[in-house]
Amino acid sequence: MNVSQAVETLYLEQRDRILATLIGLLHDFDLAEEVMQEAFATALSQWEGRGVPENPRAWIVSTARNKAVDRLRRDIRLREMFPDLQRLVATADTGRQDTHEEMIPDDRLRLIFTCCHPALPEEAQIALTLRTLCGLTTDEIARVFLVSSPAMAQRLVRVQRKITDAGIPYYVPPVNLLPERLEVVFATIYLIFTAGYSAATRKDLCSEAIRLGRILHEFFPDRSEPGALLALMLLHDSRRQTRTDAQGNIVLLEEQDRSRWNAASIEEGVALLEAALQKGAGRSRYGVEASIAALHATAARVEDTDWPQIAALYEVLSRIAPSPVVDLNAAVAVSMVEGPEAGLRKLEPLDEPLRDYHLLPATKARLNEKLERWAEAAEHYRSAISLVTNEPERRFLEQRLAEVSTYYPAKP
Amino acid sequence: MQYLLLIYSDEAKFDPSEGPKYMAFTEAIKTSGNYIGGNPLQSVKTATSVRVRDGKTAITDGPFAETREQLGGYYLIEAAHLDEATAIAARIPGAKIGTIEVRPIMSMHAPAK
Repeated sequence: MNVSQAVETLYLEQRDRILATLIGLLHDFDLAEEVMQEAFATALSQWEGRGVPENPRAWIVSTARNKAVDRLRRDIRLREMFPDLQRLVATADTGRQDTHEEMIPDDRLRLIFTCCHPALPEEAQIALTLRTLCGLTTDEIARVFLVSSPAMAQRLVRVQRKITDAGIPYYVPPVNLLPERLEVVFATIYLIFTAGYSAATRKDLCSEAIRLGRILHEFFPDRSEPGALLALMLLHDSRRQTRTDAQGNIVLLEEQDRSRWNAASIEEGVALLEAALQKGAGRSRYGVEASIAALHATAARVEDTDWPQIAALYEVLSRIAPSPVVDLNAAVAVSMVEGPEAGLRKLEPLDEPLRDYHLLPATKARLNEKLERWAEAAEHYRSAISLVTNEPERRFLEQRLAEVSTYYPAKP
Repeated sequence: MQYLLLIYSDEAKFDPSEGPKYMAFTEAIKTSGNYIGGNPLQSVKTATSVRVRDGKTAITDGPFAETREQLGGYYLIEAAHLDEATAIAARIPGAKIGTIEVRPIMSMHAPAK
């Protein structure tokens, strides 16, 4: 491997860990990012002559730290903003090797908790996590949130300023705060995962969310939820190749080619889920959702799906994490057990809470189709099309509408 | 860091039995070294607002904003970080009926960013 390959590999694999360590040392997100970039550039030129150092990551960290110290010495304004300069200079001057590595298991973990602090708005938590831990550019994050790049840049500045000015700690929370803080972290990671279904970014957000899930699982092996969340994401992700066809059109779960589901992901997901259930994950939202996902993933054919068990799990889920969307999924499961009419009855109370959600009329349309009530199905598909915002879903609904319309005479 | 804890609640629901609880809380944060200062405020009915526009001072009766919950008192505390400040705020007796707003004090040693 030549030097530029070595630097590139290091950047791809260790960037987030290095950045997290530097943010921990410098307490300044922008400064950390800038000196890290400079240190990588220095590595490219210096390693060419001297060879790649024994511990490249530590080399980058201490080079970047020294660059930060140089800058702070030159810049009085920066120095005033930076009360920790003395400490930083002291560690740099003694030429002490970076002891950070032994002291702290992984700075990425502290960074996750800082980015997902409940004193930050939810959207800012996600944006900051994508920026620091996933290395997305401001442009890419702006595209995920469908806002302009300058607007997103401004939001990122505002949130980093709040972290500094409000004194949001850079640490793994103490045990008494851990359960509630982990909930926020889980929610952020899962939102990043689900955003990955539709977001077109250079980095795959589903994989990034799974990677963050692995970090949590690694650091909290005794807790049940990180394993359950990771299992849930892996099980959903196992269908990634079959969810859409070559033209990007949606393929429904029941019509997917199950031989193309990722067997390794399913196997890992099921094993993680079983371990998590033994630790009590059956009482948590992610444990129940992962159990449902596992029942789908392990059914060899669609007709082998254990719908009564899935319907029962949705009942549990609607008690643990009540939401009209969960009730919608529960109604679908009931329709598979007791028939489409029973499913439609379960949907009735959802008209008001889900009046803007396209999947409600889309589900009604589907159930009416099964009852061969073509006119009603068409009517519901039209409602769904008027609400949908995502392009592949719109194409799918229009295609369904065209098909059911062939079964009954058009209105004059 | 220093934080100002602003205690907002509905004055109409003021409960005199809260007094001893506040005294106990104040003692506790003095003992732990977090206390810098703090006071209860007279009713919002006694509030006067002052504005200077075009060199003219306008004095009006009433608070800055009429709200359902009023500022009834404050504590100024020293805390290591926001999590310690919010944990102390949660122990203020009024947190159970009203809302505590936690505001970091801007350090005058560092220029405002």
